Amino acid sequence: MEMKDTVDARGLSCPQPVLLTISKLKKTNSKEIEVIVDNDVSKENVCRAATSQGWMVDNVLEETDQYKIHIRKV
Amino acid sequence: MLKRDNFLASSRGIVIVGVAIGILAALLQKFGNPGNMGICVACFERDIAGAIGMHRADVVQYLRPEIIGFGLGAFISALLFREFKPRGGSTPLARFILGMIAMIGALVFLGCPWRAILRLAGGDGNALFGVAGLAVGVGIGTLFFRAGYTLGRSEKQRIGAGIIIPIVLLGFLALRLVFPQVEGNPKSGILFYSVKGPGSQHAALLISLVIGAVVGILAQRSRFCTMGALRDLILFRHLHLFSGFVALLLGAFVVNLIVGQFHPGFVGQPVAHTQSFWNFSGMVVAGLAFALAGGCPGRQIFMSGEGDGDAGVFVLGMIAGAAVSHNFGLASSPAGIGPYGAYAVAFGLLGCLLIGFTHMDRIKS
Repeated sequence: MEMKDTVDARGLSCPQPVLLTISKLKKTNSKEIEVIVDNDVSKENVCRAATSQGWMVDNVLEETDQYKIHIRKV
Repeated sequence: MLKRDNFLASSRGIVIVGVAIGILAALLQKFGNPGNMGICVACFERDIAGAIGMHRADVVQYLRPEIIGFGLGAFISALLFREFKPRGGSTPLARFILGMIAMIGALVFLGCPWRAILRLAGGDGNALFGVAGLAVGVGIGTLFFRAGYTLGRSEKQRIGAGIIIPIVLLGFLALRLVFPQVEGNPKSGILFYSVKGPGSQHAALLISLVIGAVVGILAQRSRFCTMGALRDLILFRHLHLFSGFVALLLGAFVVNLIVGQFHPGFVGQPVAHTQSFWNFSGMVVAGLAFALAGGCPGRQIFMSGEGDGDAGVFVLGMIAGAAVSHNFGLASSPAGIGPYGAYAVAFGLLGCLLIGFTHMDRIKS
C-alpha cells in the first residue's frame, strides 16, 4: 500500500523544517511526500534540501498562509 | 506587490549578496566606522544600548544608524515581496536570555560573526580563534537539533505585533534626528555620544542609514545568515549559505587591500585583544546561543523586520545583554577580557546548555 507521508513544518524555524524533511525522506517507504510550511524561507530551504537528497520537487501549492510542497522520488 | 523567482536566494544570488555586503562593510570603515567594524551587529547594538544610557561605558555610545537601516530595509523588502508575516510565540523568554548570552559571549571576543569575518578580512589573526569558536559553538547547537531540541512552533499574530520592532527602530531614528551629535559633547538631549573610542568613530548618518537599508533589503531577500552558513554546512553539508559567508570575507578582503585597510598580524589590531583562549570560548558561547535561537544577530534583525516577534525578542535580549556586559565588567577591551569575563563565559555556556537540555521534544516526527 502506498500512502503519502506528510511533514508539518508550520511555525518551525531554521533548521527544523529541513531536518524534519530529510529525516522523513530517509525513513519513508513511499515515493512521494508532502511538506507543509508557512513561510517562503522554509519553502526555499525544503525545496533545496529535497533536491540535494536526490528527490524532485513536483509542485508547490500556495494556499492561505501556507505552502504545500510535493516531493517525489526520482 | 512583487512576487517572482527570488534570484538573490539562488546559489549565485547569495554569493553576490555576500560580496556586496563585504564591499559595503569595508567601505563603511573607509567612511569612518571603527577598524574591522564596518558592520558588527553585536557592537552596534551595544553602542545603541550605550546611546540610550543602558550602560555608561563612555567609549561605546552611539545610536548606530546601520541597525535601524537593517531592520527597516528588511521591513520594506518584506512588505514589497509579500513576506511580511507577523508571527511569534515560540518560547520568547528563552530567546531573550539566548540573546543576552549571545551578546555577552560576543563581547568577550569583541565582535559578532559578521565582525569575526571582517576582522579576518582585515588581517586580524585573533579572529581565527573567534571563527573557530563560532564553528564549535554552532556545532554543539547542531547536536541539540539532532537530538530533538526545539523552541516550539510560532503562531500567526496580528499586524500590530509584527510592526513593533520597525516602529521601535523608527523611534530610534527620530531620537537620532531630534538629538544630533554635538561635536565634543558626550550628550545631546537624552542621547549619549562617545567623544573618544570606537563609539566616536562612525560614518555620516545618511551613509550609515542607506548602506544599512541596502544590506537589510539584500539580506532579507537572500536569507543571508552567518550562523546558518556554518550550521547548514555542519548539519547538512549544504554549502549554500556558507558560500555567502566566504563571499563576504573575499569582498571585504579585496576592498581592504585596495584602500589599504589590510594589516595582517595579531598584536595591535583595532578593537581586539590577543587572549586566544577567550577569543575562542567567547565565540563558542555566542555561536551556541545563535544556533539555539535559529539565526545570527543580523538575521535576527532582518527577521524581526519581517514581523517575527521571536526574533525581535532576541534582538532586545542582545541589547539588554550589552548593558549587563558593560555594567558588570564582562566585556573585553583591547587590554584583554573584563574582570568578570571568564565567569560570564562559564555561566553563559551553562545557560545555553540548560536551555538546550530543557527544550527537547520527546515526540519525534
